[in-house]
Amino acid sequence: MTQDRIRNFSIIAHIDHGKSTLADRILELTNAVSSRDMREQVLDSMDLERERGITIKAQAVRVEWKGHQLNLIDTPGHVDFTYEVSRSLQACEGALLVVDAAQGTQAQTLANAYLAIENNLDIVPVVNKIDLPSADPDAVASEIADLIGDDPEHVLRISAKTGQGVEDVLDAIIERVPPPSGDLDAPARALIFDSSYDQYRGVVAFVRVVDGSFSTREPLRAMALDTRFEAEELGFFSPTRSATGTLDAGEVGYVITGLKDVSRLRVGDTITSERRPAAGPLPGYKEVKPMVFSGLFPTDSDAYPELRDALERLKLNDAALFYEPETSQALGFGFRCGFLGLLHMEIVRERLEREFDLDLIVTAPNVAYRVKPPHGDWKEVHTPSDMPNEVEEVEEPYIKASIIVPKEYVGAVMELNNDRRGNFDHMEYLSEQRVHLTYELPLAEIVLDYYDQLKSRTRGYASFDYDVIGFRPGKLVRVDVLVGGEPVDALSLVIHRDSAYDRGRLLVERLREEIPRQHFDVAIQAAIGARVIARETVKARRKDVLAKCYGGDISRKRKLLEKQKAGKKRMKQVGMVEVPQEAFLAVLNLSDEKKS
Amino acid sequence: MTVGARHLYVHLPFCAHRCGYCDFVTAVGRQSQHADYVEALLAELELERGVLAPEPETVFLGGGTPTFTEPDALKRLLAGLPPASEVTVEANPETVTQELARMLRAQGVNRISLGVQSFRPHLLEVLDRVVQPDTVRRAFYHLRDAGFDNISFDLIYGIPGQTASDLDADLADALELGPEHLSCYELEAKPGTRFTHAHGEELERQADAMESYFELVVERLTGAGYRWYETANFCRASEGPGLRDLRSRHNLAYWLGRDYLGLGVGAVSTIAGRRWRNTPRLAGYMDALKRGTVPERELEPLSDDVLRRERVMLGLRLDEPLVLGDLAGVVDGHAVSRLEHLGLVRSDVERQTLALTRRGRFLGGGVTADLLT
Repeated sequence: MTQDRIRNFSIIAHIDHGKSTLADRILELTNAVSSRDMREQVLDSMDLERERGITIKAQAVRVEWKGHQLNLIDTPGHVDFTYEVSRSLQACEGALLVVDAAQGTQAQTLANAYLAIENNLDIVPVVNKIDLPSADPDAVASEIADLIGDDPEHVLRISAKTGQGVEDVLDAIIERVPPPSGDLDAPARALIFDSSYDQYRGVVAFVRVVDGSFSTREPLRAMALDTRFEAEELGFFSPTRSATGTLDAGEVGYVITGLKDVSRLRVGDTITSERRPAAGPLPGYKEVKPMVFSGLFPTDSDAYPELRDALERLKLNDAALFYEPETSQALGFGFRCGFLGLLHMEIVRERLEREFDLDLIVTAPNVAYRVKPPHGDWKEVHTPSDMPNEVEEVEEPYIKASIIVPKEYVGAVMELNNDRRGNFDHMEYLSEQRVHLTYELPLAEIVLDYYDQLKSRTRGYASFDYDVIGFRPGKLVRVDVLVGGEPVDALSLVIHRDSAYDRGRLLVERLREEIPRQHFDVAIQAAIGARVIARETVKARRKDVLAKCYGGDISRKRKLLEKQKAGKKRMKQVGMVEVPQEAFLAVLNLSDEKKS
Repeated sequence: MTVGARHLYVHLPFCAHRCGYCDFVTAVGRQSQHADYVEALLAELELERGVLAPEPETVFLGGGTPTFTEPDALKRLLAGLPPASEVTVEANPETVTQELARMLRAQGVNRISLGVQSFRPHLLEVLDRVVQPDTVRRAFYHLRDAGFDNISFDLIYGIPGQTASDLDADLADALELGPEHLSCYELEAKPGTRFTHAHGEELERQADAMESYFELVVERLTGAGYRWYETANFCRASEGPGLRDLRSRHNLAYWLGRDYLGLGVGAVSTIAGRRWRNTPRLAGYMDALKRGTVPERELEPLSDDVLRRERVMLGLRLDEPLVLGDLAGVVDGHAVSRLEHLGLVRSDVERQTLALTRRGRFLGGGVTADLLT
């Protein structure tokens, strides 16, 4: 099909604003799925893949509408995935911006709309759920129009649930989204915007062909990593998998690569043909850098190889996931993992536990720091215990937080942000009731419990999104914890100097409760360098004996002793001190204590 | 050919009433069954003759309240048991009359373990003991008058409501009478018992204060010249020519890992690597022996490894160093040096012995858990 008959688009929406339902209606209307077979939310369903015995997930679906080929490219629906959204958006020329007619614009709507505008996408604004009794389509339409600088009359009003107005949406895509404009005769180039792994067929790349044409069995190369492979199969989803001989400029589809090593094909890379390679990769791809780090350790140390394999698998679908082996004296062998944000961390952890059936200990998250040692070069630090003792300068990542709340909660949000070292940036009324606030905050201040606090202080009404805006100098110090005089790597934290004393004190208090009494006094200290800022003592036990021990008691006493012994074995030895595993998670709960 | 166990334990379960903290196999009252029970004991003895040495070293009658047993039945039992060089009977003060003391003496008993528990009336009440402090003194003198020159007191500390000065006063009262031997136990409030239900919270509140009670006991008794020869046991020092060794020879047998035969309901035996426990059901026990069969038993085979571990666990309770020899394999060398460094353990490489230091003995449970491989 010629490019002028192709339209590539995404749907961007806040969670629960109806993205999946709209996608279902589109598939239904275009007969990609008959209504008889129609299942709710086809794009999100894995059943089709299961029927075919493979696990390729449909990331882009091709449908026909009035002589045009429409490619609907799925974007992740969650707050943390600016990077994934940006990749998908790069494969499109246009986007449907869907907003709930009752709820109006949310923080995530704003973030994604701005992202689409930055990517030069043409936006088709849609107010969904106009059938709801509480819907206020006109007000929401003018909110959206303001946001994207459009006329409220251009905002489509639909109900994806009932199907009302969905045909207009398809027509609008053809009318308002420009066709792709790649050079069909140029050397072939395709952008990898997502990928998955099939255990029989290897890495499957989801691509948008920008220039030229690809054919089955053609030798190919991923340009950034210089990975060579053959196009074992080319095709598209409609929504079932359909193999095709070629993929041409402007089209969206998949490439089965046969690659078994998941790390050799990165999302965001450009595929070109070996026969006639392109001069350079496609522009605009930014490697997204992880900003939040946390240690992942298998609860059962024998599960380390499984954790490694699982991370390797996840990495294929998740260009932003970063991991490297880490050894903690306390928790054994595991990985230090880097994430884009908290939700990303949560999702990775959940997938590891659910899809790979792993039991994990996740250490308290920290952010990436840039440090300049005296007479040394700047370097990035991902683990608090790696922070050098003497630093000339330290920088920490900052975010721009975008918060939308009903106006009566503005004070509460401001107070929270002030507590978290936030700088007020901007405030505007989106409507009479709702206010959009922007703040600049250190990322470190939101990694632990910011979102929970925001939700609880606004009775759940706040919506929140953020963007990392770069590194800024911070008055940061490393607080070490010493147990029995020995520093404990897993407990070090990097923190703003002004809160070091309070956090240090809370931490040693918590540890005093967690560490059982031993045969000797155990000092628990928090220190900045050589200066001790807080100290607690776990007093030595004065007695620990099994009272009576005569003929009839011997077996029972022996079993008690064995139990005591087994309890000791579960502890981690820090110098002479036995420390239970739970104590290493004490840092995680500090903020809970702060509330009370 | 095995010579057989040289130590015999006989369990007499009957009591006048049940004390809230007690977790032994006991039966309240049942005077009509005492005689039959004694016959059952003697029948079991006959069945087990083969595993008992012809001349055992020690015999120990425990309970229950052995002295609550009907005097004729008790007399018949004592007459039917083999003679031994140490024959101990446990007695509750309120059961000790002049006649009983004379009878026991006449039947060859030469050691009495008197269940004193406390001299403070309000604490005895907490323990459900019906005895009065004066009863203890009267019982003690009845025993002395009958010729007993080896009397042991059982004392309990850590009783709900017991202050340090209460304990101090109990120790002073005991020392004033000057028994040859003292066993001092911390009260164990077992989860789920009536006693714990009634006093658990109070004990928890007192836990910190009571932590020093064990030290207090050891200080007072060793200060008065007693030898702290086992974790919970003290005896008058026996150094010097002609003085007797007043340690409980029967209990020493347990702590040194020797074989012993236990007769009676719920009684435990350990002989040649096998441990068994008789049924704790009185009727079942008596019925079986009436039929001339051994009672129902719970058998626990003990591997060499387990026996060695037990010998370490028990041996380290004693003040005399434990001779390692074949036990070296179950002791963790790294733990020994770490604990030596902490001043809790003393090892003698040349003599191949291991002992806990004074401080180590207060922490004996945890230290032993550390020491075992």
